[in-house]
Amino acid sequence: MSNPISKEVTETKSESLLREIMSGTPLRIALSAVLAFMVGAIFMAAFNQDVVDSYATFGSDPMYTLQTAWDTIVNGYTSLITGSIFNPNGGDAVSMFRPITETLRLGAPLILAGLGISLGFRVGLFNVGGTGQILMSLLGVTWVSTRLSMPFGIHLIVALLVGVALAAAWGGLVGLLKARTGAHEVIVTIMLNYVALYLYTWFLRQPNLLLEHGGGGTPKSDPPAVTAQLPGILGPSFNLHIGILIAFAAVVVYWWLMERSTIGFRFKMVGSNFHAAKAAGINIERTYIWALAVSAAFVGLAGVNQGLGQSGGLTASINGNIGFDAITVALLGGSRARGVLIAGLLFGAFKAGGPSMQLVGVSPEILGVVQALLVLFVAAPPLVRAIFRLPKKEVK
Amino acid sequence: MKLELRGITKRFGALVANENINITVEAGEIRSLLGENGAGKSTLMNVLYGLYQADEGQILLDGKVQNFKGPGDAMAAGIGMVHQHFMLIPVFTVAENVVLGNEPTNKIGALNLDEARKRVREISDRFGFNVDPDALVADLPVGVQQRVEIIKALSRNAQVLVLDEPTAVLTPQETDELMQIMRELAKNGTSIIFITHKLREVQAVADRITVIRLGKVVGEAKPTDSAETLATMMVGREVDLQVDKDAHKDGAVVLSVDSISVLDDRQQRAVDNVSFEVRAGEVLAIAGVQGNGQTELAEALLGLRPTTKGSGSIKLGDVNLIGHTVRRRLEEGIGYIPEDRKKDGLVAQFSIAENFMLNGSYSEPFAKGLNIDFAKRSEVSAKLIEDFDIRTPSAETLVGNLSGGNQQKVVVARELRRDVKLLIAAQPTRGVDVGSIEFIHERIIAERDDGRAIVLISTELDEVTALADRIAVMYRGRIVGVVDSSATREQLGKLMAGITE
Repeated sequence: MSNPISKEVTETKSESLLREIMSGTPLRIALSAVLAFMVGAIFMAAFNQDVVDSYATFGSDPMYTLQTAWDTIVNGYTSLITGSIFNPNGGDAVSMFRPITETLRLGAPLILAGLGISLGFRVGLFNVGGTGQILMSLLGVTWVSTRLSMPFGIHLIVALLVGVALAAAWGGLVGLLKARTGAHEVIVTIMLNYVALYLYTWFLRQPNLLLEHGGGGTPKSDPPAVTAQLPGILGPSFNLHIGILIAFAAVVVYWWLMERSTIGFRFKMVGSNFHAAKAAGINIERTYIWALAVSAAFVGLAGVNQGLGQSGGLTASINGNIGFDAITVALLGGSRARGVLIAGLLFGAFKAGGPSMQLVGVSPEILGVVQALLVLFVAAPPLVRAIFRLPKKEVK
Repeated sequence: MKLELRGITKRFGALVANENINITVEAGEIRSLLGENGAGKSTLMNVLYGLYQADEGQILLDGKVQNFKGPGDAMAAGIGMVHQHFMLIPVFTVAENVVLGNEPTNKIGALNLDEARKRVREISDRFGFNVDPDALVADLPVGVQQRVEIIKALSRNAQVLVLDEPTAVLTPQETDELMQIMRELAKNGTSIIFITHKLREVQAVADRITVIRLGKVVGEAKPTDSAETLATMMVGREVDLQVDKDAHKDGAVVLSVDSISVLDDRQQRAVDNVSFEVRAGEVLAIAGVQGNGQTELAEALLGLRPTTKGSGSIKLGDVNLIGHTVRRRLEEGIGYIPEDRKKDGLVAQFSIAENFMLNGSYSEPFAKGLNIDFAKRSEVSAKLIEDFDIRTPSAETLVGNLSGGNQQKVVVARELRRDVKLLIAAQPTRGVDVGSIEFIHERIIAERDDGRAIVLISTELDEVTALADRIAVMYRGRIVGVVDSSATREQLGKLMAGITE
């Protein structure tokens, strides 16, 4: 009543915070990116060896220090671009275009897992169990791709389906525990990450399960059968495989599910106001179970991409921390299909460009800092508003 | 203490909540602030209490300009506020609550409870409050809790006391007692600002009345002015408080509830062995002071809350609904207008069209297979918006941006779109402007005349007597009496207080 016409429908603080994070406007996200890259630049300049050496002469020649710092920043970010998008000095076409294909290849699993985490967010669930779900997917993928033999194509599809099914079951289990016992999904998913890690590792150690033939002490599997590997799409000169096409397809499916289908409508209803959903006849418990299963299924596709997207033997480290990176992708992408696609490609570019930054003497961990800051700024709207003096919307 | 508000203007973005408001309240005066929900009364009081800063204008106490940065400043200057929702800690005693935030301590800094008790007793005796300083707040009836709030304000030497919708939670008898207290306080020199939208109370207790509409003072009135005059000032046009309706025709029994009991969230028996019947073409009102089990009863009828084991039956036609899910009950022909639309009735960040679809996402016209049928949805939405006179720029407007009345019309439209046998309308006009109230009342009567059974749950006696064919009064979880619509206000008041003779 305090604010007559505007905020008739109340919401709790945490709900509105989550919503504000979700509803990141393009402007705010762009400003957050600018800010994150600026702070990254400061780190780059401050800790570069050449710059540090130049401190000795700072008193006599401050311009030299500043020049060195500036060069470091320009070199660093230039090499990020040449490493992730286009390399004009590559010589031949393959070298020139390889960076962008690497970005696509490395972005694919982030997009896939990011969609899964996003789906959870839209239903009001915080799925921190990406790692576990990827590992369970990998368990199935490894089994099917190294222990079964099938014709080309079928083998891949079966491996994919088994991986996704295992991941979905792993996620659905969390939903079941939440629905039946009220256990919080954050706690359960984190714990199940460990369970999945050790389960997969244990499987990898057993000669009659997943351990590579003739293998010994290290938990490692055989390479996936060629019939099950994700086929390359630009010929042997590039590493890019159909994982990125799966990711694009998943983006479309996610968009349809969340924006066009009645299933997504009910998911969002539960996520936005579960009291109203209940009164509208929605079974909240079942929605939680399904939402977490579908969320984990998307994440499971990232596991498939990891397991079948290369030709070496598999270890537990193949999950590559994607389960957690996906959370940042989902946050940055505002849990929308298009946003997640862009955020996933951006972080893929970071991964692709990291090594070439290292070549010019910038430690790739800087990118981790930029990544983290980006999410921090996106997730802390009041902070960015304060820095750029954006007006707060008082009345919607 | 004399209070003056001079030219107060408060804006929220483009919205002007208060515009150039001038009010003077003399010492010892009871001044009513009358206005519809959303007229800007509470905003004005929050400005006075330092919760908001006015964009323009001044607050003067005894001629001195005040500059409140927060409630602390306002309190120190002698302004006390009793909020609609009490700010008391249930597990503390009266004395502890009264001194909270302003605790008397002894030399070593320990709480001096004797001093606290003394303060409570002093004030209680002076004004005849009859409050025991050692009682736990949780054990006190609502009316007494309110007195504790008043004591709290007075113990901080409040000389201007603001009462924000104080009677919303009281029985008629408790309301009378509160008015007695207000008169007593005024006689002792306390200035009182009494915020309400209930005409009867204003006429009974106010010295002068200021009417506010759409953020502006539209005029002053005297308590001797007729209710119609006051209502007209409040809404800016002639208002017909009566609903025209024909005598109802008795139809077949649609809903028959047989000895059900329901537990509340604290596992206390909120509905205790309740039975009643509603026929087609009949409005059964369930009256009673808020918190006597009506909420739980409504939730049990829809299936949001289970009936206790061994409970009787809830029959819709011949079908026993016990054990059926909410979705099934909705499909079996129940329409439900929840008492708290913000919580149970709407999704604020969904559009109007999406809110029309909340309980219709499984079937036509909203769904086509697994796809949302956007074209049909727009069509249906446009029609509902027109039929129910929902004031909105478009069907894609977020429900959270609508006024209370329009939000409620969204809920009503959604439920009446479906061909229901039984409509459960809980507080259908709470927090709704007078124009929308009229509209919703007419729609409910129209549904009745169409042969639907209506269960109207309301704490507003005016609404109950205007709409009901029969009135069942709930008190402490039981139906203590069923009377017909000709029952007098006094009879209902007694039943609502649990007096059955």
